[in-house]
Amino acid sequence: MDLLTDFHSAAPEVLLALFGVGGVLFGAIAGDRSSGVVRLASALALVAASVLSFGRMGAAEEAFNGLYLSTPFASLAKAVAYAMAAVALAMSGASVRGTGLERYEFSLLTVFASLGAGIMLSANDLMALYMGIETLSLSSYVLAAFARDNLRSAEAGLKYFVLGALASGLLLYGASLIYGFAGGTRFDVIAAADPSVGLIFGLVLLLTGLAFKASAAPFHIWTPDVYEGAPTPVVSFFATAPKIAAVALMAGVLFRAFGPHQASWQSVVAILSAMSMLIGAFGALRQNSLKRILAYSSISNVGFALIAIAAGPEAGAPAVLVYMSLYVIATLGLFAGLLGLRRKGQALDQVSDLNGLLKHKPGIALGLMTLIFSVAGIPPAVGFWGKVQVFEAALRTDLLWLVLVGALASVVSLGYYLRLVWAMMMKPAGEALDSSDFGTGLVVTATALLSFPALTILIGRVLELAAQASVG
Amino acid sequence: MLLIAFYILSSVVVLSALFVIAARNPVHSVLWLICAFFTSAGLLVLIGAEFLAMLLVVVYVGAVAVLFLFVVMMLDVDFVELKQGFLSYLPAGALLGLALLAEIAVVAVAASSRAPSGTFDPKPGAQTNAEALSKVIYTDNLLLFQMAGVVLLIAMIGAIVLTLRSRPHVRRQSAAQQTTRRREDAVELIDVKPGQGL
Repeated sequence: MDLLTDFHSAAPEVLLALFGVGGVLFGAIAGDRSSGVVRLASALALVAASVLSFGRMGAAEEAFNGLYLSTPFASLAKAVAYAMAAVALAMSGASVRGTGLERYEFSLLTVFASLGAGIMLSANDLMALYMGIETLSLSSYVLAAFARDNLRSAEAGLKYFVLGALASGLLLYGASLIYGFAGGTRFDVIAAADPSVGLIFGLVLLLTGLAFKASAAPFHIWTPDVYEGAPTPVVSFFATAPKIAAVALMAGVLFRAFGPHQASWQSVVAILSAMSMLIGAFGALRQNSLKRILAYSSISNVGFALIAIAAGPEAGAPAVLVYMSLYVIATLGLFAGLLGLRRKGQALDQVSDLNGLLKHKPGIALGLMTLIFSVAGIPPAVGFWGKVQVFEAALRTDLLWLVLVGALASVVSLGYYLRLVWAMMMKPAGEALDSSDFGTGLVVTATALLSFPALTILIGRVLELAAQASVG
Repeated sequence: MLLIAFYILSSVVVLSALFVIAARNPVHSVLWLICAFFTSAGLLVLIGAEFLAMLLVVVYVGAVAVLFLFVVMMLDVDFVELKQGFLSYLPAGALLGLALLAEIAVVAVAASSRAPSGTFDPKPGAQTNAEALSKVIYTDNLLLFQMAGVVLLIAMIGAIVLTLRSRPHVRRQSAAQQTTRRREDAVELIDVKPGQGL
């Protein structure tokens, strides 16, 4: 009976694990003809997991002998991450047709990656944390190399794998030091331990590993190459669900396990944040590839989310959730645009491919502009409120210098965001585009409408929800 | 009595470990390694960890060492050539070995200077140590065990996804076709006349 209550507490992850294992059996029998069915079923399973985690926002529940703890904070982050994964998977249907990506393992690996994200977010122990991270990373390496006949994709997979293994090694080394100096791997044991040099050393190594997974500078080097090389449907998953999971994980670990040691990590996180914002902003200025620009944009946005983490649990926790949720929603829409827009069967790749989009496809172009405004944090799009939250959290904890760096990075990054808008609006139109499929068009429209005006109007409710999730 | 068994077993372990690196024939090295595994299993029995001893024999002797044996026999490695630089590497290697030995000595001194925190219990809170071990793995850390299974499953799926290619023109064995084959379909008697081909 004890096991049943454990399963009940961890229902979203149990559902995903059972679905994944069952899906492998089904796919092995039905073959690749079943990839459409498996994709649809996987998306539905992820939606169900998202609803289940949203329902667990009420109170923290411990399970599996204290290895698993679904806090309201983790539950909300999981609900967003699962929903993003579901949409990213469902909208990839039309664009993978005839590309060799149409295999049922694609959907199952996405489900397993989401399972890993869920486990690491709910981890209450360094070992469970590592198992979650490894489940997520291993699936991600395979997904990055999924288009195995494409040289760029194979390169992306290999680079991601080698650097990821290094990061995992650093993380494990840090975890072993923390275990040695704190006397346990449980988060509450670590929080109760006396601060010592060894503990801080381990914490820094652990942070390095986590920063790699969240692609924060200076551990961001893999991001542009992987984004550029990996198949676009895969990147639209990478840029959303694991991104919010990794940042929320960093916040969760630092707040829960290292909350009493805040003085030791605050400056480290602040420096990571400042570097990410600046490198993301300046790095994108000279890029021409749309996917690389989005990669640098994600580095810079992770930097903004790290400002909120540096601000500490009280002020920062709701701001992290709001900022990352708004960011991944807008990013999902941008990737839907990348997936759906094609010219003579070729996906758009360069900034110049966007020229005159407003004339060819006014609806999609307007949607993409709204999303770009939201990612850049320009009012009235809702991304502006995310930035306001983050800056406010930093000001409340006297991190004025970080706010100034953030403001500088915002202004610099306008340079490339507006370049995209300029290309769509003002440049002479190129050749006509293919008609885009229904799914990606729907996602662009829906996320654009969410970014403005739906969530802008409902921002009070969003903030309330995030504040509710950050209590306890 | 226990002490005598300990000294006999441990000296055999150390000696066979020495022979693993000293043996000229690589197959002999692997056999010495198996000997070392067996005697360390005996040492584990001495401290009451009979389950671990069994695992050591089953996993290491039964699987790993036999795998080594296959690798040594299948790969054409010239071990004589490998050993050529032995003397020139000896000083650096000896230094490294001494450093490791010093580390062990430091740990051992630190451990012996502290009073033992209690008597050693090979099967805490259980009848046998297999039971104690399985309680830790399958009950206390069930989540980790299951997640390790998921990680291995992903590794398997990944290896298959990235390497398996379905080739359309591969000849496959068809059991049904083989068993329904008749002599008349396969063999034909032809009377070949001398001086003529077919």
